[in-house]
Amino acid sequence: MTRYIFLRLVDAVPTVLLVLTLVFVAMRILPGDPAVAALGDLATVEQLESFRERMGLNEPLWVQYFTFLGNALTLDFGQSMMTGSEVVDLIAYNLPYTIELTIASVVLGVVFGIPFGIWAATNANQSPDAALRGFSLIGYSIPDFYLGAVLLVVFSLNLGLFPISGGGEGFVDRMHHVFLPALALAFIKAAFLGRLTRAALLEVLGKDYVRTARAKGASERRTIYRHGLRNALLPLTTGLGLTTLAALSGSVAVEMVFNRPGIGKLLISAIAERDYAVIQAGVTVFALFVVAINVLMDLVYAIVDPRIRTK
Amino acid sequence: MSAADSTTAPTKADIVPPPPPSALTTLHLMVEGRPATVAALAVIALFVLLGVFAPLIAPHDPLTQSVLNVNQAPSAEHLLGTDQFGRDLLSRLIHGSRNSLIFGFVSPFLAALIGTTLGVTAGFFGGFVDRVISRIIDLLLAFPELLLAILIAAALGGGFWNVVAVLTIAYTPGFARVARASTLAVKEEPYIEAAIAIGVRRPLMIIRHVIPNIAAPVVVLMALWAGSAIRLEASLSFLGIGTQPPNPSWGNIIRDGLNNLFGSPWPVIGAGFLITLVVLSFNLIGDALRDALDPDTKT
Repeated sequence: MTRYIFLRLVDAVPTVLLVLTLVFVAMRILPGDPAVAALGDLATVEQLESFRERMGLNEPLWVQYFTFLGNALTLDFGQSMMTGSEVVDLIAYNLPYTIELTIASVVLGVVFGIPFGIWAATNANQSPDAALRGFSLIGYSIPDFYLGAVLLVVFSLNLGLFPISGGGEGFVDRMHHVFLPALALAFIKAAFLGRLTRAALLEVLGKDYVRTARAKGASERRTIYRHGLRNALLPLTTGLGLTTLAALSGSVAVEMVFNRPGIGKLLISAIAERDYAVIQAGVTVFALFVVAINVLMDLVYAIVDPRIRTK
Repeated sequence: MSAADSTTAPTKADIVPPPPPSALTTLHLMVEGRPATVAALAVIALFVLLGVFAPLIAPHDPLTQSVLNVNQAPSAEHLLGTDQFGRDLLSRLIHGSRNSLIFGFVSPFLAALIGTTLGVTAGFFGGFVDRVISRIIDLLLAFPELLLAILIAAALGGGFWNVVAVLTIAYTPGFARVARASTLAVKEEPYIEAAIAIGVRRPLMIIRHVIPNIAAPVVVLMALWAGSAIRLEASLSFLGIGTQPPNPSWGNIIRDGLNNLFGSPWPVIGAGFLITLVVLSFNLIGDALRDALDPDTKT
């Protein structure tokens, strides 16, 4: 197992390097002159020159590249041009809120989606199955930020049951703040996980060993949970990874709707203000997040299915 | 060749696979016994017409502001009311259907074109080319489309062509993977072996034998992602990095509306409903098309 973890981590190194390189290329080459992009068309020649000097833009490209890599690996993202504060502090403040939202939405999606899928699979082609079909069709179609806006209007503005904005202080308050945004994101997750659980379970329930379990007199409950669900875990793990990644990307718009602190909101505000250093850091953090979730999922595979780690 | 010969030698039918179903047969398979698909096709047709003829149908100019008519409730003059700038909401939604729907057609099409080219190249030629293309595809596939789109839009900024580029890049790896996998399967078919045996040159082989036989999954993916592209564009416009104001798109109508919820809730409700309706219709059409063209993958 240790060997497997080690190999998987080593395998992630080139991916991280490639991601950082893409970020560098996108930030330096695509938008033209970053100094003009940052300071606007009205900036004087002196201002542009001092900006270039400060950001190291006068160095040769390869020097900039290695400086960028070194800084990224030591979490040194420079200072925000708008507020002057350290970018790493901004990230450190906002990151927990995004992680909190991502986890909460995945948990809600799992809690609603997987039982719904089991219910539909054990009643295939009956009304629970049709209900799941209808639910997932809507879940796949309704934009999460729209659902978030509707929830905000109904439960926060009109009924006053939930806070209108912010991230909260202390555990209970934070959970109170995160519930509606997480629910908005969880809807599509429940639809996706429900469909996935149904398909995976139906496939497994048709296998010989399930028939054997029934034949030897195992209870229906034991057949479904011990023999069925246990073996449907692998596709579900893949689904869980995809869902976590989707929660991460969905969090951007939902943080905007609920005016909640987070990396997404930080990034979008930075784009609007052309805060170059913050954009670069936000993009890097998201990209590393994606790589980390993928590595984590590979480790979960190895736990769920021991055959993988011996390969 | 006489009729007697054809009984002993392999006939053309043994080597050439049955042609893919024609467009008409496919359509018949899609709608037969599926009223929901018919309704979905009608919805898309309606919004395509609304989008194409928007300037003729919309009762008002979608950009004209009026200080005297801000935040009006629905009335005979403004059927869905007005927004915080006094702009007619119905007209903005109609013009918005043009700016939203176009991405559902353009981006999946461009992504299919580029992705299929990459995937077929990788799958058909294999070796080093395949390793390079596959590595890049795998890396891009690790990112959810929306996140990839946001990251690229962060560098490029908004505007029509940038959004087209962003969405196309976001969907290309998916098409490339499907096209590569299908090409690998097609390469093992007897008709390819036959084509090699009679000395067909490789470019012709790809165009005549590979492309037509991998078309079905690619077309299905295009339909399934049309809805997804519209939702993505709405997300980007909502975040302010998609269609730029004052041009209306359903996403930025929600963005404006959210800042003015107490003035009038109608823009958010109306635009959100239309996005959901159109994406739902595209999903239904995509499912029906998949069942008709690609019965094996039915879930």
